[in-house]
Amino acid sequence: MIYLQLFLSYLKIGFFGFGGGYAMLSLIQNEMVTRHGWMTATELADIVAVSQMTPGPIAINCATYVGYTVTGNVWGSMLTTLAVSLPPLTLMVLITIFYTRLRDNRIMQGAMKWMKPMICGMIGAAALLFVNGTTFIDWKSYAIFLVCFLATWFKVDSILMICLSAVAGILLYI
Amino acid sequence: MKTLLQLFWTFFKIGAFTFGSGYAMIPMIEKEVVDRRKWFDRDDFYDQFALASSAPGPFALNTAVFVGYKMKGWWGSLFAVLGAVIPSFLIILVIAMYLADFRGNRYVEAAFKGIRPAVIALIAVPFINMLRKLPWYFMVLGCAVAAVICYLGVSPIYFILAGAAIGIVLTFYSKPGEGDTK
Repeated sequence: MIYLQLFLSYLKIGFFGFGGGYAMLSLIQNEMVTRHGWMTATELADIVAVSQMTPGPIAINCATYVGYTVTGNVWGSMLTTLAVSLPPLTLMVLITIFYTRLRDNRIMQGAMKWMKPMICGMIGAAALLFVNGTTFIDWKSYAIFLVCFLATWFKVDSILMICLSAVAGILLYI
Repeated sequence: MKTLLQLFWTFFKIGAFTFGSGYAMIPMIEKEVVDRRKWFDRDDFYDQFALASSAPGPFALNTAVFVGYKMKGWWGSLFAVLGAVIPSFLIILVIAMYLADFRGNRYVEAAFKGIRPAVIALIAVPFINMLRKLPWYFMVLGCAVAAVICYLGVSPIYFILAGAAIGIVLTFYSKPGEGDTK
Protein backbone atom coordinates (compact mmCIF):
# COMPACT_ATOMS: atom_id res chain seq x y z
CA MET A 1 0.00 0.00 0.00
CA ILE A 2 2.17 2.78 -1.35
CA TYR A 3 -0.07 5.63 -0.16
CA LEU A 4 0.03 4.47 3.45
CA GLN A 5 3.81 4.01 3.31
CA LEU A 6 4.30 7.47 1.85
CA PHE A 7 2.02 8.99 4.44
CA LEU A 8 3.80 7.31 7.34
CA SER A 9 7.23 8.19 5.96
CA TYR A 10 6.42 11.87 5.70
CA LEU A 11 4.71 11.85 9.07
CA LYS A 12 7.99 10.57 10.54
CA ILE A 13 9.94 13.18 8.61
CA GLY A 14 7.65 15.87 10.00
CA PHE A 15 7.63 14.77 13.61
CA PHE A 16 11.38 14.17 13.84
CA GLY A 17 12.32 17.06 11.59
CA PHE A 18 14.22 19.13 14.13
CA GLY A 19 16.72 21.73 13.06
CA GLY A 20 15.35 23.01 9.76
CA GLY A 21 15.40 21.98 6.11
CA TYR A 22 18.91 20.60 5.74
CA ALA A 23 18.66 18.44 8.84
CA MET A 24 15.31 17.17 7.59
CA LEU A 25 17.02 16.28 4.36
CA SER A 26 18.89 13.46 6.08
CA LEU A 27 15.56 12.06 7.30
CA ILE A 28 14.17 12.37 3.77
CA GLN A 29 17.22 10.60 2.37
CA ASN A 30 16.97 7.82 4.89
CA GLU A 31 13.28 7.19 4.17
CA MET A 32 13.25 7.82 0.40
CA VAL A 33 16.65 6.57 -0.74
CA THR A 34 17.97 4.12 1.85
CA ARG A 35 14.82 2.43 3.16
CA HIS A 36 12.30 2.48 0.35
CA GLY A 37 14.39 3.16 -2.75
CA TRP A 38 11.73 5.51 -4.09
CA MET A 39 14.40 7.71 -5.60
CA THR A 40 18.17 7.85 -6.09
CA ALA A 41 20.44 10.21 -4.14
CA THR A 42 21.10 12.07 -7.39
CA GLU A 43 17.40 12.62 -8.06
CA LEU A 44 17.05 13.96 -4.53
CA ALA A 45 20.00 16.31 -5.10
CA ASP A 46 18.19 17.62 -8.19
CA ILE A 47 15.03 18.22 -6.19
CA VAL A 48 17.00 20.09 -3.56
CA ALA A 49 18.35 22.31 -6.33
CA VAL A 50 14.86 22.85 -7.72
CA SER A 51 13.45 23.67 -4.31
CA GLN A 52 16.23 26.18 -3.67
CA MET A 53 15.09 28.03 -6.75
CA THR A 54 11.37 27.83 -6.04
CA PRO A 55 9.64 29.48 -3.09
CA GLY A 56 8.58 27.64 0.02
CA PRO A 57 10.12 25.35 2.65
CA ILE A 58 12.34 22.55 1.34
CA ALA A 59 10.40 19.89 3.27
CA ILE A 60 7.13 20.87 1.59
CA ASN A 61 8.78 21.00 -1.82
CA CYS A 62 10.29 17.54 -1.38
CA ALA A 63 7.05 16.09 -0.07
CA THR A 64 5.02 17.44 -2.99
CA TYR A 65 7.58 16.31 -5.55
CA VAL A 66 8.09 12.82 -4.16
CA GLY A 67 4.36 12.32 -3.63
CA TYR A 68 3.79 12.96 -7.30
CA THR A 69 6.71 11.04 -8.75
CA VAL A 70 6.16 7.93 -6.63
CA THR A 71 2.41 7.61 -7.21
CA GLY A 72 2.12 9.43 -10.53
CA ASN A 73 -0.89 11.49 -9.44
CA VAL A 74 -1.93 14.60 -7.56
CA TRP A 75 -3.44 12.69 -4.63
CA GLY A 76 -0.04 11.30 -3.74
CA SER A 77 1.29 14.85 -3.60
CA MET A 78 -1.55 16.05 -1.43
CA LEU A 79 -1.11 13.15 0.96
CA THR A 80 2.61 13.67 1.51
CA THR A 81 2.20 17.43 1.84
CA LEU A 82 -0.54 16.92 4.40
CA ALA A 83 1.63 14.44 6.33
CA VAL A 84 4.51 16.88 6.59
CA SER A 85 2.12 19.68 7.67
CA LEU A 86 0.52 17.68 10.47
CA PRO A 87 3.24 18.13 13.12
CA PRO A 88 2.94 21.94 12.97
CA LEU A 89 -0.84 21.66 13.08
CA THR A 90 -0.82 19.43 16.16
CA LEU A 91 2.42 19.62 18.12
CA MET A 92 3.11 23.27 17.42
CA VAL A 93 -0.42 24.21 18.47
CA LEU A 94 0.22 22.51 21.83
CA ILE A 95 3.58 24.23 22.14
CA THR A 96 1.90 27.57 21.47
CA ILE A 97 -0.67 26.91 24.16
CA PHE A 98 1.90 25.86 26.78
CA TYR A 99 4.41 28.36 25.53
CA THR A 100 5.17 30.18 28.78
CA ARG A 101 5.63 26.94 30.66
CA LEU A 102 7.95 25.43 28.05
CA ARG A 103 10.11 28.47 27.49
CA ASP A 104 12.07 28.26 30.73
CA ASN A 105 11.81 24.54 31.23
CA ARG A 106 15.17 23.05 32.25
CA ILE A 107 14.36 19.59 30.95
CA MET A 108 13.53 20.90 27.53
CA GLN A 109 16.66 23.01 27.44
CA GLY A 110 18.72 19.98 28.48
CA ALA A 111 17.20 17.89 25.71
CA MET A 112 17.80 20.62 23.14
CA LYS A 113 21.44 20.90 24.19
CA TRP A 114 22.14 17.25 23.35
CA MET A 115 20.02 17.26 20.23
CA LYS A 116 22.19 19.97 18.73
CA PRO A 117 25.20 17.76 17.83
CA MET A 118 22.74 15.17 16.47
CA ILE A 119 21.09 17.77 14.23
CA CYS A 120 24.53 18.93 13.15
CA GLY A 121 25.43 15.33 12.28
CA MET A 122 22.22 14.98 10.28
CA ILE A 123 23.15 17.99 8.15
CA GLY A 124 26.60 16.49 7.63
CA ALA A 125 25.06 13.17 6.61
CA ALA A 126 22.85 14.96 4.09
CA ALA A 127 25.92 16.46 2.43
CA LEU A 128 27.92 13.20 2.58
CA LEU A 129 25.24 11.07 0.97
CA PHE A 130 25.21 13.31 -2.07
CA VAL A 131 28.94 12.77 -2.59
CA ASN A 132 29.01 9.93 -5.10
CA GLY A 133 29.95 9.00 -8.64
CA THR A 134 27.02 10.81 -10.23
CA THR A 135 27.52 14.13 -8.46
CA PHE A 136 31.32 14.21 -8.70
CA ILE A 137 31.95 12.99 -12.23
CA ASP A 138 35.37 14.46 -12.92
CA TRP A 139 37.76 17.27 -11.92
CA LYS A 140 35.29 19.85 -13.24
CA SER A 141 32.74 18.80 -10.60
CA TYR A 142 35.35 19.31 -7.89
CA ALA A 143 36.18 22.73 -9.31
CA ILE A 144 32.48 23.73 -9.26
CA PHE A 145 32.17 22.41 -5.71
CA LEU A 146 35.17 24.37 -4.52
CA VAL A 147 34.01 27.64 -6.08
CA CYS A 148 30.47 27.17 -4.74
CA PHE A 149 31.77 26.28 -1.30
CA LEU A 150 33.75 29.49 -1.11
CA ALA A 151 30.83 31.48 -2.54
CA THR A 152 28.43 30.06 0.08
CA TRP A 153 31.02 30.62 2.79
CA PHE A 154 31.16 34.29 1.87
CA LYS A 155 27.36 34.44 1.76
CA VAL A 156 26.73 34.74 -1.97
CA ASP A 157 23.01 34.35 -2.64
CA SER A 158 22.18 30.66 -3.12
CA ILE A 159 19.73 31.16 -6.00
CA LEU A 160 22.30 33.14 -7.94
CA MET A 161 24.88 30.46 -7.23
CA ILE A 162 22.69 27.62 -8.49
CA CYS A 163 21.89 29.59 -11.66
CA LEU A 164 25.59 30.20 -12.27
CA SER A 165 26.50 26.57 -11.64
CA ALA A 166 23.80 25.57 -14.14
CA VAL A 167 25.42 27.85 -16.71
CA ALA A 168 28.83 26.40 -15.81
CA GLY A 169 27.40 22.90 -16.30
CA ILE A 170 26.09 23.75 -19.76
CA LEU A 171 29.39 25.35 -20.79
CA LEU A 172 31.56 22.53 -19.39
CA TYR A 173 29.54 19.43 -20.26
CA ILE A 174 27.96 20.13 -23.65
CA MET B 1 -13.77 35.61 8.77
CA LYS B 2 -11.92 38.73 7.67
CA THR B 3 -9.00 37.94 9.97
CA LEU B 4 -8.89 34.35 8.72
CA LEU B 5 -8.63 35.54 5.13
CA GLN B 6 -5.99 38.07 6.11
CA LEU B 7 -4.00 35.30 7.77
CA PHE B 8 -4.35 33.12 4.70
CA TRP B 9 -3.30 35.92 2.37
CA THR B 10 -0.36 37.06 4.51
CA PHE B 11 1.11 33.58 4.63
CA PHE B 12 0.25 32.93 1.01
CA LYS B 13 2.47 35.87 0.07
CA ILE B 14 5.20 34.64 2.39
CA GLY B 15 4.96 31.15 0.88
CA ALA B 16 5.01 32.49 -2.66
CA PHE B 17 7.86 34.95 -2.39
CA THR B 18 10.44 33.55 -0.01
CA PHE B 19 13.12 31.31 -1.39
CA GLY B 20 15.57 28.95 0.26
CA SER B 21 15.50 27.98 3.90
CA GLY B 22 13.04 28.96 6.59
CA TYR B 23 15.53 31.42 8.03
CA ALA B 24 15.29 33.40 4.82
CA MET B 25 11.62 33.93 5.60
CA ILE B 26 12.11 35.62 8.98
CA PRO B 27 12.59 39.17 7.69
CA MET B 28 9.53 38.92 5.45
CA ILE B 29 7.34 37.36 8.15
CA GLU B 30 8.53 39.97 10.62
CA LYS B 31 7.73 42.79 8.21
CA GLU B 32 4.24 41.48 7.53
CA VAL B 33 3.26 40.36 11.01
CA VAL B 34 5.01 42.94 13.19
CA ASP B 35 5.37 46.09 11.09
CA ARG B 36 2.48 45.94 8.69
CA ARG B 37 -0.33 44.08 10.48
CA LYS B 38 0.86 44.82 14.04
CA TRP B 39 -0.31 41.41 15.21
CA PHE B 40 2.75 41.04 17.47
CA ASP B 41 5.23 43.31 19.14
CA ARG B 42 8.78 42.57 18.13
CA ASP B 43 10.08 40.96 21.35
CA ASP B 44 7.07 38.74 21.60
CA PHE B 45 7.51 37.66 18.01
CA TYR B 46 11.18 36.75 18.48
CA ASP B 47 10.42 34.90 21.70
CA GLN B 48 7.81 32.74 20.05
CA PHE B 49 9.90 32.33 16.94
CA ALA B 50 12.74 30.86 19.02
CA LEU B 51 10.32 28.23 20.27
CA ALA B 52 8.92 27.58 16.80
CA SER B 53 12.39 26.96 15.45
CA SER B 54 13.17 24.38 18.11
CA ALA B 55 9.95 22.46 17.41
CA PRO B 56 10.00 19.74 14.74
CA GLY B 57 8.62 20.35 11.27
CA PRO B 58 9.24 23.09 8.71
CA PHE B 59 9.53 26.34 10.63
CA ALA B 60 7.70 28.45 8.14
CA LEU B 61 4.69 26.34 9.09
CA ASN B 62 5.43 26.44 12.80
CA THR B 63 5.56 30.22 12.56
CA ALA B 64 2.27 30.23 10.65
CA VAL B 65 0.79 28.17 13.49
CA PHE B 66 1.75 30.45 16.35
CA VAL B 67 0.79 33.62 14.50
CA GLY B 68 -2.51 32.10 13.38
CA TYR B 69 -3.23 30.74 16.84
CA LYS B 70 -2.75 34.07 18.50
CA MET B 71 -5.14 35.75 16.10
CA LYS B 72 -7.92 33.18 15.73
CA GLY B 73 -7.12 30.00 17.66
CA TRP B 74 -6.91 26.68 15.87
CA TRP B 75 -8.75 27.90 12.78
CA GLY B 76 -6.32 30.76 12.51
CA SER B 77 -3.44 28.27 12.53
CA LEU B 78 -5.10 26.18 9.85
CA PHE B 79 -5.71 29.10 7.51
CA ALA B 80 -2.17 30.44 7.98
CA VAL B 81 -0.66 27.00 7.29
CA LEU B 82 -2.81 26.52 4.18
CA GLY B 83 -1.69 29.91 2.94
CA ALA B 84 1.96 29.04 3.48
CA VAL B 85 1.71 25.60 1.87
CA ILE B 86 -0.43 26.19 -1.21
CA PRO B 87 2.00 28.28 -3.32
CA SER B 88 4.91 25.86 -3.07
CA PHE B 89 2.58 22.90 -3.45
CA LEU B 90 1.23 24.22 -6.77
CA ILE B 91 4.61 25.29 -8.13
CA ILE B 92 6.33 22.00 -7.31
CA LEU B 93 3.41 19.99 -8.62
CA VAL B 94 3.76 21.61 -12.03
CA ILE B 95 7.53 21.04 -11.97
CA ALA B 96 7.08 17.40 -10.92
CA MET B 97 4.67 16.87 -13.81
CA TYR B 98 7.04 18.22 -16.44
CA LEU B 99 10.59 17.79 -15.14
CA ALA B 100 10.74 14.15 -16.21
CA ASP B 101 10.13 15.22 -19.82
CA PHE B 102 13.02 17.66 -19.70
CA ARG B 103 15.50 15.27 -18.16
CA GLY B 104 16.34 13.67 -21.50
CA ASN B 105 17.30 17.08 -22.88
CA ARG B 106 21.11 17.33 -23.08
CA TYR B 107 21.20 20.96 -21.99
CA VAL B 108 19.09 20.27 -18.92
CA GLU B 109 21.23 17.26 -18.05
CA ALA B 110 24.42 19.32 -18.48
CA ALA B 111 22.97 22.07 -16.28
CA PHE B 112 22.18 19.54 -13.55
CA LYS B 113 25.73 18.16 -13.77
CA GLY B 114 26.87 21.65 -12.84
CA ILE B 115 24.23 22.12 -10.16
CA ARG B 116 24.80 18.90 -8.20
CA PRO B 117 28.21 19.80 -6.73
CA ALA B 118 26.77 23.25 -5.93
CA VAL B 119 23.99 21.65 -3.88
CA ILE B 120 26.56 19.75 -1.82
CA ALA B 121 28.42 22.99 -1.15
CA LEU B 122 25.16 24.59 -0.09
CA ILE B 123 24.66 21.92 2.60
CA ALA B 124 28.31 21.53 3.59
CA VAL B 125 28.73 25.18 4.59
CA PRO B 126 25.94 25.30 7.21
CA PHE B 127 27.22 21.95 8.53
CA ILE B 128 30.71 23.33 9.08
CA ASN B 129 29.38 26.60 10.48
CA MET B 130 27.22 24.74 12.98
CA LEU B 131 30.06 22.36 13.86
CA ARG B 132 32.44 25.24 14.57
CA LYS B 133 30.16 26.62 17.26
CA LEU B 134 30.06 23.37 19.24
CA PRO B 135 32.47 22.30 22.01
CA TRP B 136 35.11 19.79 20.79
CA TYR B 137 33.39 16.67 22.17
CA PHE B 138 30.18 17.64 20.36
CA MET B 139 32.20 18.22 17.17
CA VAL B 140 33.47 14.65 17.36
CA LEU B 141 29.97 13.39 18.12
CA GLY B 142 28.49 15.39 15.23
CA CYS B 143 30.99 13.96 12.74
CA ALA B 144 30.47 10.43 14.05
CA VAL B 145 26.70 10.80 13.75
CA ALA B 146 27.07 12.07 10.17
CA ALA B 147 29.23 9.09 9.20
CA VAL B 148 26.99 6.49 10.85
CA ILE B 149 23.81 7.89 9.24
CA CYS B 150 25.41 8.13 5.82
CA TYR B 151 27.51 4.96 5.61
CA LEU B 152 25.56 2.57 7.81
CA GLY B 153 22.12 3.83 6.77
CA VAL B 154 20.92 4.17 10.38
CA SER B 155 17.81 6.33 10.68
CA PRO B 156 18.47 9.83 12.09
CA ILE B 157 15.38 9.34 14.26
CA TYR B 158 17.42 7.19 16.69
CA PHE B 159 19.96 9.96 17.12
CA ILE B 160 17.28 12.57 17.78
CA LEU B 161 15.71 10.31 20.40
CA ALA B 162 19.09 9.44 21.95
CA GLY B 163 20.07 13.11 22.11
CA ALA B 164 16.83 14.08 23.81
CA ALA B 165 17.11 11.16 26.26
CA ILE B 166 20.72 11.90 27.23
CA GLY B 167 19.90 15.59 27.65
CA ILE B 168 16.92 14.85 29.89
CA VAL B 169 18.80 12.32 32.05
CA LEU B 170 21.74 14.70 32.51
CA THR B 171 19.37 17.50 33.51
CA PHE B 172 18.10 15.35 36.37
CA TYR B 173 21.63 14.62 37.56
CA SER B 174 22.82 18.21 37.49
CA LYS B 175 21.77 20.82 40.03
CA PRO B 176 19.91 23.91 38.80
CA GLY B 177 22.28 26.57 37.58
CA GLU B 178 25.13 24.10 37.15
CA GLY B 179 26.72 23.93 33.71
CA ASP B 180 25.47 25.95 30.78
CA THR B 181 21.96 25.31 29.60
CA LYS B 182 22.30 27.29 26.40
